[in-house]
This record gives sequence, C-alpha cells and structure tokens, in this order.
Amino acid sequence: MAAPARTPEQETARTSFRDELRAAIREALRADERVFLMGEDVGSYGGAFGVSLGLLEEFGPERIRDTPLSESGFVGAGIGAAIAGMRPIVEIMTINFSLLALDQILNNAATLLHMSGGQVGVPVVIRMTTGAGRQLAAQHSHSLEGWYAGIPGIRVLSPGTLQDARHMLAPALADPDPVVIFEHGSLYNATGPAVPPPASYDIVSAAVRRAGNDVSLICHGGSLPKVLAAADALAAEGISADVVDLRSLRPLDGATIAGSVARTHRAVVVDEGWRTGGLSAEIAAQIAELAFYELDAPVERVCGAEVPVPYPKHLEDAALPAIVDIMAAARRTVG
Amino acid sequence: MPSLGADMTEGSLVEWLVQPGDTVVKGQAVAVVDTAKSAIEVECFEDGAIQELLVEPGTTVPVGTVLAVLADGGRTDAPAGATDTGETAETTNTAEAGKTVETIKAAEAAKATDSTKATGAADTAKTTERTAARTTPLVRRLAHDRHVDLDSVRGSGKAGRVTRADVEAASRDSGRIRATPYARRTASELGVDLRGIDGTGTDGTIRARDVRAAASGPTTPARPASPAPAAAPRPAVSPEPPAPDGHAQARRQAIAHLMSKSKHEIPHYYLSTTIDLAAAVAWMREHNRAVPVAERLVPAALLLKAAAVAARKVPEMNGFWIDGGHVRPAAVHLGVAVSLREGGLVAPALHDADTLSLPALMAGLRDLVRRARTGRLRASETADPTITVTDLGDQGVEAVFGVIYPPQVALVGYGRVLDRPVAVDGLLGVRPCVTATLSADHRAGDGAVGARYLATVDRLLHHPEDL
Amino acid sequence: MTSARQNDVQEPAHPRADRDGEAATEPSEQTKHLLDLAGQMLLIRAFEERCVELYSSGAIRGFIHLYIGEEAVAVGVNAALSPDDAVVSTYREHGHALARGVPPEAVMAEMYGKATGCSHGRGGSMHLFDAGRRFYGGNAIVGGGLPIAAGLALADKMADRSRVTCCFFGDGAVAEGEFHETANLAALWDLPLLLVCENNLYAMGTPLAHEHAQTDLAMRAASYGMPAWAVDGMDVVAVEKAARRAVDGILAGNGPHFLEMRTYRFRAHSMYDPDRYRDKAEIERWRERDPIPLLMRRLPAGTADLPEMTERATAAVDRAVKAAQEAPVEPVADLLRFVTHEGA
Repeated sequence: MAAPARTPEQETARTSFRDELRAAIREALRADERVFLMGEDVGSYGGAFGVSLGLLEEFGPERIRDTPLSESGFVGAGIGAAIAGMRPIVEIMTINFSLLALDQILNNAATLLHMSGGQVGVPVVIRMTTGAGRQLAAQHSHSLEGWYAGIPGIRVLSPGTLQDARHMLAPALADPDPVVIFEHGSLYNATGPAVPPPASYDIVSAAVRRAGNDVSLICHGGSLPKVLAAADALAAEGISADVVDLRSLRPLDGATIAGSVARTHRAVVVDEGWRTGGLSAEIAAQIAELAFYELDAPVERVCGAEVPVPYPKHLEDAALPAIVDIMAAARRTVG
Repeated sequence: MPSLGADMTEGSLVEWLVQPGDTVVKGQAVAVVDTAKSAIEVECFEDGAIQELLVEPGTTVPVGTVLAVLADGGRTDAPAGATDTGETAETTNTAEAGKTVETIKAAEAAKATDSTKATGAADTAKTTERTAARTTPLVRRLAHDRHVDLDSVRGSGKAGRVTRADVEAASRDSGRIRATPYARRTASELGVDLRGIDGTGTDGTIRARDVRAAASGPTTPARPASPAPAAAPRPAVSPEPPAPDGHAQARRQAIAHLMSKSKHEIPHYYLSTTIDLAAAVAWMREHNRAVPVAERLVPAALLLKAAAVAARKVPEMNGFWIDGGHVRPAAVHLGVAVSLREGGLVAPALHDADTLSLPALMAGLRDLVRRARTGRLRASETADPTITVTDLGDQGVEAVFGVIYPPQVALVGYGRVLDRPVAVDGLLGVRPCVTATLSADHRAGDGAVGARYLATVDRLLHHPEDL
Repeated sequence: MTSARQNDVQEPAHPRADRDGEAATEPSEQTKHLLDLAGQMLLIRAFEERCVELYSSGAIRGFIHLYIGEEAVAVGVNAALSPDDAVVSTYREHGHALARGVPPEAVMAEMYGKATGCSHGRGGSMHLFDAGRRFYGGNAIVGGGLPIAAGLALADKMADRSRVTCCFFGDGAVAEGEFHETANLAALWDLPLLLVCENNLYAMGTPLAHEHAQTDLAMRAASYGMPAWAVDGMDVVAVEKAARRAVDGILAGNGPHFLEMRTYRFRAHSMYDPDRYRDKAEIERWRERDPIPLLMRRLPAGTADLPEMTERATAAVDRAVKAAQEAPVEPVADLLRFVTHEGA
C-alpha cells in the first residue's frame, strides 16, 4: 500500500496526528466517490476534534454530512448505506456516546453477514474518540475498546503513531467487513516529522516500536507515548524494554506478542480500560496460552483504576496508567 | 404433547376436552395442558374421531409424547401430539381405521434438532486429568493445602493411586518447589534438579538465572539429574551439532562436572555378557503379528524391562550410595539415557519400570523421550532414577561401558542387536545377540553380585513371555 | 393528512357469466391481478398455518411469529413495489418474504435450520434474508431495522438511483427511539423511504393505549414533516392503492412517506403466548374482516375457485416442507463460517 509521493517541503515539514487523520480522509474522499463522512458536527463545525476542518468546503454537504444527535439512527444509516454500496466513514463523537449505537454495531454491523448466511456484507468504517486525561469526568472518559475487541465479525484498530493515523484508513475502507477505529483524545495534538510512506503496510500486525531484552511492554493507542517514555527511563536503570504497539485489537497479533515474550520472558500489559474482564485480561490470557514456558515472572497489568474517572486532576491522574506505574511494574518483573 | 416454546421440555395434561368416540375437526381444541408459564389449549391438526386417550389428566409428560389416538378411516397421519421431525418423518399410508399408534418417541425427536452430542475425545489426557483420576478429592485437597505437586508424587496405592500417606510423605520430603515455567524448562534442559536451588524471585521463586547459576556453579546439588554418557569409542552425540548458544554450553559444563565427580568418587568395575536373543526376538515377532502397528514392540522394550526386573531381583544393583551406605528403595525407577538434539543427554526415570507391561513401557518410553527432547520433563523424572540404562544399539556400537551417574550404584549398557554365529547343542547356528554390560560401584557390591545381575537379565530375556 | 378509514373500491369490470357458469370473455386485467393477490395471500396463510403444526411438533424451534390475519399488508404493499426496491422487515416477516418472492422452500428450510435455507440455515424464523431480491431481513430487535432502511435509502439518494426502500415495523416499534431518529433523519435528508407501520393494536401483550400517550400513529409520523395516513390493512385493494400513492410520492422526490396499516393478527404474538390479554370477542370481530374472504367477495362470481386455489397453496407448502425435511444441514466443522468475508 503506497502513499502518494511527497514534495521536498512535505518531507521536512512537521505534522500532527489530527492532520494525518484529515489527510487520510481527504485522500479517501478523492479516490472513491462512494466514500463519505457522516457524524455529529463533522461539517460546519469542522469536527468536534477538528479532524474534518475544511473538508465541507472541499467536498460539500452531501459527502461531509452533519447528522442530528441520533447515534443509533445515523450509525444504522451508515450500516444500511454500506450494505447498498456506499463506503461511509461514520464518526461517533466519542466512545461514550457509542453506547447508544451499540445495538446497531453489535446486532447489525457485526452480525448481518452471519445471520444472512453470507449474503449481506457491511463494509462500514466507524471512527470514535476514546480515552481520558482532560478532566472531562466519568461520562466522557471511557476506554471501552476492550468491549468492541470481543465482538466477532468486526475489526478493531487503535492507531498510536502518526503513520498509522495516516495509513490505517485506506485498508479499513477496503475491508468488506465493519472496521472500528479508536483515536485516543490525547493523541490529536501529537506532532512529529512528516510521515514517510510505508514500504509495506498492513492493519493486522503489531509493531515493535523499541527493541529490548529484559521486559515486554505491550500497549496500544494513547498509552504508547507513556510506554515509550517509561522505556527510556528504564533504559537508564539498565532495564531494556521491548515495546509492542498492538495496532490491531481484534484480531490481536499473538505471534508478535509471543515472540516478544520469548525474547524477554517478562510481560507488562498497559491499557487504559478497566482491568477486570478487559483487553489486558485477554492479552494476559493469550500470553499464557502462547508463551507460558517462556515466562520468568507473572504477567503484570497496568490499567485504569476500578473507579469512574473522577474530575479533579490529581484523582484523574491517579486513576489512569502513569509512567511511574509502568516502570514499577517492569521492575517487579525483573526483580 | 406439543412444543409450545423454545425452552419447553415437558407439560402436564390438565384436562381432556373430548372423549373417545367424539368427532373432532382440524383446529379444534382437544385438551388443556399446563406448561411452566401458563395453561394452554392444545389443538389437533386432523379431522377424525377420538379413539383412545393415552395420558391421564394430572400427568406430566415430555414434549413429543403421544397423548391420544385418532381414527379417521382414511389417510393416517401422525396422531395428535406425535412428533414430526425432518429426519424421522413417519407418515404411514394405511387406510384402515383404528391403526395402532406409534410408540412414544419421548423427548428424543423434539430435542433431535438441537441436541449435539459432546464427543470430547481427549487424545492424550493431560497430566492433571490423569492425576485427578488416580486421587480422591480428599487427597487432592490435602495436596493442595500442603503445596504438594500431585504430578510428582508416586502413588503407592492400588493401580498407582496416590494415597494420603504418599502426599504426607511428599510434603515432608520436598515441599512445593516454586519455580517459573521458564526456570523449569531451563532446569530440564540443563539437567538441573530444582530441589536445593535458592530462588531469588518473590517468595523465593526459582527463576531461570538461579537455575543457570546452579548449573554452572562449583557446588552441585545432592542429587543432580545429569546423564551418564558412554565412554565407548563413538561418543553419543545427537545428529545435529549443538546450537552455539548459552544453554548448550551450560549443559555441557554441567555434564562435565558430574562425570568428573562420578569418576573421582565411584570405584567402577565393569562386566559384560553376550545374550542370545533368539527366543526374545521370536516371541516378539509373534506378538507383533497379532497387534496393530501402533502397539508393536521393539527389542529395546524387552531389554529395558529385563534390566528393571533384574534390578528388583538383585536389589544390590538398585538404589544409591549415600554417606557410606547403600540406600535400597523399594521401587525400581529405570533411568533411560536420551540424547538431546542440541547436544548432551538426560536420563529421566521410567517409574516402576519393573511393574509396567511391555506395551505400557513402550508408550512410557516414547512419551519420555518426546518430552525429554522438548524440555517438558518433570522434576520427579530427573530426580528419581534408581538405576540407569544406556542403550546405544541404534548408534551401532556393540558394547557400552558407561559412567555411573551418582549417587546410583549401577549403569546397564546395551549395544546393537547383531546376528552372531553361536554354538547351540553342539551345532553352529546364527542367532540375534546383544552385548549387555554393567558398570557397578564396587563399594556397594562385588563382582559376584554384578555377575548375578547380568545372569538374571540373561535368564529373563530367555523367557520373554514372562516379561 | 386525514386518516382514511376505507378507500373507495372500484368494481372490476367483468363480463357476465353464462348461465352454465362459463365466462363469456377473458377475465379482466384487474380480476387477474386480484386473483394473483388472492393466491399470494392464500400461500402465506397456508404456510403460516402449517408452521403452527410444525412448531408444535418440534420441527421448527426458537421463536416464531405468525402473520395470520395480516396478509393483505404484505401482499398489497409489495404489489406497489418493484423488484429493484429494498424491503426491511421485522421478526414477523414470513409474509413479507413470501410476498417478495422468496421461495417457500427457502423459507421453510431456513426454519428447519437446513443449509438450503434462505439464510443458509443460520438465522431461523426471525432472520430471513435474500440479498438477490433485496430483502434485508428479518430483524429481532424491535425498531432495529429502521436505521438500516434509512441507510439503504440514503445510498440510493446519494447514487441517484430512482428506487424505494420499504421498511415494515409494528406499533410497538413506534415507541422505540430508533423510530423517531429514523423518521427525523429520513425527513431531514429527504430519503426515498417508505415507512409501513403494521398496527395490529398490540405490542406483544401490551395494547396500543398502554404503549402510547398519543395513539394516532400516522399523526405522530406526520409531525416529522412527512406525508402520513392510516389505511384499512384488512383490505388488500386499499393497501395497494395507498402504497402506490406513497411510492409515487417518494419517487417524485417528496421524501419519506408513512403508512399506518390498521390490521390484526388472529393468532397470539408468538407460538408460545397464551393470548390472555385479548378479548375473544374482539378476535372474532376481526376475523369477520379476514382479508382473504374479503378479497374473494370482491371477485366476480365464477372467476375464483377457492378450493382449487387453497389446494394449490397447500400443495406448495407441502412441497416446501418435504424439501426442507430432505435438505442437508451444515456440517458442524463449518461453524465459524460467515463471521467475516475471510471465513465465508
């Protein structure tokens, strides 16, 4: 999957996670007239997180569709439009509101192909913002990616890098089955150098973002920057961390996870969701299944605290995985 | 009894709305039944006359039970309440009135569409299941409370059952060994006994580095589980050269240390005898003709069994030399030398080899070799051999004079089974023969005892039917 | 938008029969059409009646919701649709599927759970699908199909295709948020969506007045800014006429239309429902307006041989049952098929 060629200016420019998402949507809209974006405030507002700024002016209201506050209604409409040949990108403002559309996503998008015995495919892409950290309190701070990652019939992605922000959308749109993409709210402002076109690219493999031998730090999305920072700090203590960015939450890349644990013999899973029955539990179970005889310490998990996310900063910080927590967990495995 | 809901399995007849002799039409309510949720009228689907009511009011019957017989004088279909599944449609076309009714199909047909037989075929029962099968819940609870790993406990009860006494003994002896999976694997690869290793992990958990430290350190544990390689001209190496990694090196060092210790401490003497295997081979061929390929025996099975049984009959060859005395355990756990692909040997135990039937011994041997080569041995296997056999027949040597693995007192060696010219009853014949050797600890016994042992092996192999 | 209790019925033009019963000329187009509608309703009726038996005997399992009494709605609306239009329905969808042309063999096999079922046996009674006939289920969540129907219509609008999406749902669904979100969205975006509410006066066991503060459902739909009116759902001629009017309006670009079909189910909500919440006298009153005899009475004397037509319908159902009985099941090894396209 090759990205379009870049100018020299583009090569040296800096870009942001948000800019890359927008560029991806723009490219998709230009490349295929079946593609359109729909969701609350994606048009004249430019997107609740500014992702679609300028797109309404470029593509018009038919293809950049503002919807009423009807999550179930417009997600279902996106599903129906996909069935009938369009390639909608449905934006649900946040994962918190997606609960209103969960019936359409689970009972229809994920299930129609099977219920119809293979007749009715749903090639819809659903994007949602997820995560906490901006003192938005309990109802606006959920990380429920683990729930979605448990649903057979859909693909779940979690971009954590600028490159993935840019390049996950096209293969997601090309997938004949539903794809749900989670964008952590804290990543939109992340900046970096312009994204080089990937030599080879897929949306199924986890990526080792930093190679190490002493402990595997397994994470995704918004946790990736924290984990990389923890890895840097651990290196100064003589602990070399192998950082695995999951990228795909369903399916999980068990081979890469197990390969990392086979090298390091220790694992720490970092996920902002709640640990009980969450994504971290699934990953720990897969490590036990695939790499039990490699483990030299119990698998550690660093997750959101079992509490609705509180408003005041000091409590919110305490409720979410922190760099010091990740480091402490790594140290415990190394002993 | 009709099915009136997805979860209905039975219903009770409340009352009949018709009597024998009444004429009924299709769709007419003929009975009231009570289900778990409410009372419902049951309709019949044919015109006809009620011939016989089969179920009394107040009775509860499974869905599908025939409730009554209709006579219609014409086409006879399934009577009221009878089942009509896709697979077993039995529409008879007899024209006589009053045809006998179908037998009760019970809930079988009603459930046929949704019942799936759970055919859980366990190919190889997991160890824990096997262990669970030979222990009582009380014993399992005791083992759990005492932190005893049941898999490592030898059952002294009937058919190998682990008894309470076994668990109590085990918990006195060893206590539970806390080691990570990686440490255990490393230990079995290096042939290191986990007992006696101080763990540096949480709660004293043994970790891989502790195992490696123990394997390469100067002080070896009291009963290390390292192999006895042969001192024969052709060294016992695995087909591929050992991988140039730390594991192989550490393993080599461990073997080197142990062999030095053995030679340093144990005064070896060596005996050898050539055994006529004609009877054994003939018997084996007869046996193999009668059984499927998977159950056929190979000569090694007989050789191993003979070595084990002989150790029971000549207990001076069984057990350990510890602190100036010979410790003779009751059981014979036959250590079997297994070469590893990456280089090196392990000699894990076939427990109670003298009591195993030949097929069981072969199966046990195969399993042991497989697990030895994949690093899945249990601690009890590496720690328990009471006498060891090294069979290098496959490698082509005629005789093996091995190094005893301390603290055992004997090592049995077998070479290749060869056809030899032999004088029998004054005539020259050709017989399959094998050279059996004994390396024995002179502290524990003299040459006469060793000779008695080999003679016993010889005798046993002349009566393979008794093995 | 006023509610019409009954539409004027035009007498079909027909020649007078001879004394000995022979028609002097061919039956008119109108008569042929009505005979066709009658045949469709008889097929649905025979099919559903047979389902009662088959469910009681355990051949069909799970939930089953019968359409007996409501046949005129499915048949009449479908008569106004073209094969290119899309239909989304509910769990009471056997009638809609059969009217759409899904073969009885495929529907019966689906309920037998056989591989030849219209959904490969995977769905059962509540999940009938036939993508080739643009029949998109079969939805077990009340109101769940409405947003999807809006989406199908949206795609047609965006791609400039002149066709209609018809969504069937019940009076109970009008209480679900998804109805209101869909009605609003459809009216807001001018979607070519035909909303057909089958008001059979009961949402499972709850009568209309206990379900809705405002029971005039057509009026409530109209409040979203779309043409909406009520129709005598027992009269297939009235149903077809109303549906045609709505479809014409939609294709003319007037946005979504709502039809409240006033109908009644003669049997309980599902097979396992003691039907305690309805007065037997009420059921009898509605039975007097059984859509099939109602239509038969319209037909000119001598044009319809009801016993023969009934026999034909029964025979079709017999064939469907036999085919279903003989059809194979999917092997268990194929369990994980159809979850994604990779596994299909």
